[in-house]
Amino acid sequence: MSERVKSTEKSPAEDAPQPGPAHKDGAPKDAVKAAKAGAALPSLGVVGMLRWAWTQLTSMRTALFLLLLLAVAAVPGSLFPQRPANPSVVTQYIKDHPDYGKLLDSLQLYDVYSSAWFSAIYILLFISLIGCVVPRAIAHYRAMRSQPPRTPKRLSRLPEYGTLVLPAEAGIPASDAIEDAAALLKKRGYRVEVRHDDGARPSLGAERGFLREVGNLVFHTSLIGVLVSVAVGGLFGYSGQRILVEGDTFVNTLVGYDQFTPGTNFQSSQLQPYSIQLDKFQATFDRESQGKFGQPIDFTADVTTKENPGAPAKKEVLKVNDPVTLGGTSIYLTGNGYAPVVTVRDGKGNVAMQGPVVAKLQGENYYSSVVIKVPDAKPDQLGFAGFFLPTAFVTEQGISFSGDPDLINPQLSLNSYYGDLGLDKGAPQNVFELDVKGLKELNSRKAEAGGITLAPGNTYTLPQGKGSITFDGVKKYVGVDIHHNPGQLSALIFALLAVAGLIVSLYVNRRRVWVRTGTHEDGRTMVEYGLLARGEDHRLAGEAATLRSLLSRKWNLDADNPETAPSNSSPAGSPEPKKDQ
Amino acid sequence: MFPINETMGQYSELFMLLAAGTYTVAFIAFAWDLARSSKSLKAIDVKAAAAGTSADASAKVTVAAGASVGAGTSRTAGSGEGRLSGPADRAERPSSYASSANGAAGQTADDSMRYGERRAPARVAVALTVLGAAIHAAAVLTRAVGAGRVPWGNMYEFLTTGAFVAAAVFLVVLVRRDLRFLGTFVVGLVIIMLVAASVAFWTPVGHLVPALQSYWLIIHVSIAVLSSALFTLTFAMSALQLVQSHRQRTIAAGGADKLGFMRLVPSALSLENLSYRINAIAFIGWTFTLMFGAIWAEKAWGRFWGWDTKEVWTFVIWVVYAGYLHARATRGWTGTRAAWLSIVGYLCVVFNFTIVNQFFNGLHSYSGL
Repeated sequence: MSERVKSTEKSPAEDAPQPGPAHKDGAPKDAVKAAKAGAALPSLGVVGMLRWAWTQLTSMRTALFLLLLLAVAAVPGSLFPQRPANPSVVTQYIKDHPDYGKLLDSLQLYDVYSSAWFSAIYILLFISLIGCVVPRAIAHYRAMRSQPPRTPKRLSRLPEYGTLVLPAEAGIPASDAIEDAAALLKKRGYRVEVRHDDGARPSLGAERGFLREVGNLVFHTSLIGVLVSVAVGGLFGYSGQRILVEGDTFVNTLVGYDQFTPGTNFQSSQLQPYSIQLDKFQATFDRESQGKFGQPIDFTADVTTKENPGAPAKKEVLKVNDPVTLGGTSIYLTGNGYAPVVTVRDGKGNVAMQGPVVAKLQGENYYSSVVIKVPDAKPDQLGFAGFFLPTAFVTEQGISFSGDPDLINPQLSLNSYYGDLGLDKGAPQNVFELDVKGLKELNSRKAEAGGITLAPGNTYTLPQGKGSITFDGVKKYVGVDIHHNPGQLSALIFALLAVAGLIVSLYVNRRRVWVRTGTHEDGRTMVEYGLLARGEDHRLAGEAATLRSLLSRKWNLDADNPETAPSNSSPAGSPEPKKDQ
Repeated sequence: MFPINETMGQYSELFMLLAAGTYTVAFIAFAWDLARSSKSLKAIDVKAAAAGTSADASAKVTVAAGASVGAGTSRTAGSGEGRLSGPADRAERPSSYASSANGAAGQTADDSMRYGERRAPARVAVALTVLGAAIHAAAVLTRAVGAGRVPWGNMYEFLTTGAFVAAAVFLVVLVRRDLRFLGTFVVGLVIIMLVAASVAFWTPVGHLVPALQSYWLIIHVSIAVLSSALFTLTFAMSALQLVQSHRQRTIAAGGADKLGFMRLVPSALSLENLSYRINAIAFIGWTFTLMFGAIWAEKAWGRFWGWDTKEVWTFVIWVVYAGYLHARATRGWTGTRAAWLSIVGYLCVVFNFTIVNQFFNGLHSYSGL
């Protein structure tokens, strides 16, 4: 949408595009020929090389090429798993594809959008953009302050051209006619300059639509603004996740997060110590429609928030698509599930663990996995792994599945192990996985004692006197994402500016109009006018027609009955489009 | 939340079926129009050629000379275009180049796509398309009433509503421009969409999952569908532009006109100009799609941009069409190359809608089936 200043301002020599460097720096064809005919070309030198490189980079072709390259470079990010979105999937992917997984990693194909090559493309693109926008802005500033260009000798060569003849009896001399036309064009928003110094044939030059280029410049500048805003968000923002079981409270400190991603310049002092407590979570499922029976249709979390430890408590509702804003951050409801409450007693009969265990979603209808680690059990540490089913069904083959997302027939099926859980060594472990390598099995389907199957209220006593486990009941949990992005608002403002600029640059038309008048020997006043568009303008013919009818009305002429060209007007131009020679 | 009305859902499916049937008849009528008009036009051409062979020959000479001006670069979009020197001059003098294009390649429409003669089959086809669209509208409406919400919450609804928007946009544009030569294409695509929806993506009326329960669904998706419908039109025009420019070049070089039905289609340059204008509107629409999507993503997921697969492809489409708009202002990239960009952009739209929705895992996956 934005033709370059260079290519339009200098274009006469470029009308017939020529290959070779001459085209790029816009030197006239003849000059190049002369240079070629002469001695060997002088070497460019360092400065010349840099200037050449800069001209190349800021040329429209390069910009277009980089733009298309950016589109192509963005694609791999949708084909391969991406680290920022899902690091564990990437690790698994590399494991699953030993032949080329590592190679892809070395090509940064799992971090496409922060990779060297992707960054190189968009940085070059933006440098090219700046190199384009700045000279254009300067040129446009000058254009806005200068008068419309001089009246061309032959208006008939312009893309839109017409003549009007004022009869002698109308008594409007050429100088008055040009003032009439000037007044009319001013009213239509044109900037007008009347040129009486042409002698007997006064003329005017008029131009409008400077906003088009302003819109274009605003659009491109705003894109830089969006990029800067994104960078600011990456530098000073942070985000994190936390799982909250009903009754839990999250306090906004680093230890409060299950997972935390700081921005590059993040300081922990940025965190305002607000708190949010999950009072109750309610999931509603579709009981109406046939095909989507059991599909969730509403998630609502009732929470109590405090701006800081001393502030009064406030009841709020947290929903999907409806975050809670607190202490400069926004809190989003991004997941939910069931947390069975269990009590584990160890071999000595003491309660070694009691409370809700977050069950990780695995499949349909909240079919979830459960891992319980009991490091405090004596004499042996205990571990449990298995599944939680809100509505347990068992097929004839003995495969259990969840038939409904609601708690209709909750069931906990577990294997149990004892031994050293490996937690005492201090190495970090995934709480949702139990490494059974160093453990001895107590219960499983294959084991003598069989697996553990518990309904709420049931207790199972572990074999070999290792203790017992009680399924006390079920609570619900939610996963919340907490985000702080200081660049967000400015990104939105710049995006809105960009759209406004885009619309203006596409729909405001920059046009030039010239009018020339003269008096014929027989006393008639001859008026000729021509219109020229800068850039795409499919409504130029319409504008010409409008001007014609407005002028005709002013002088009481019949616009629809075109006058024949007066005898003293310039000869009819060739049908060729205009060429400034 | 409004209750589900299964009966309305069943009515909707019946209407969809009726609409598809009506469109099929309209499609046949459009095809008939192409075939018949090209035949009768050829007869007229033959007569005209016999009357003025010399005039025709001289026209060819000027065209060939004009084409050689642009031959230095790859601006290959054919005879009518060779005469124009660049984007600044583009579309400035419709009367001059349209008439020469007419003479050169046997077009029947000028740049403003006005056809001289009445085309009975085309009129029947348009009438049938209007009828089909009316039934289709009823189908979409009953679907909305049946589900108690906007009818774009899953693939079935995207396709059926999207097909309706495509047909409606086509009919609206017909009021301004005689694009009936696109009828076979647009109506054919609408039929394919309806069939695909009913066969592959059929989904009974149901509520929306919580993630989709937002007023942004109404704004974001409706603009996306509308822009896609416009991109569909320009895709068809760009494809025809390529064929037409090839045909114009062949004729200008003295070759035989093997693509008679293309007589009904305006010159390559006219197609390019109109598809540029529609693409500009659609690009603004797509920019809004991207922006509103980002705002919604911020509200739902806490970040306005996260390179989710759907976001990636929406971005890719935006960049390709941005490239298209720039290409129109770049020497050597107008005409055929710009048309290719427009086609590539549309293929990305189709890819984003079909493959990405179904086979790529991402945050938008729930919108699939």
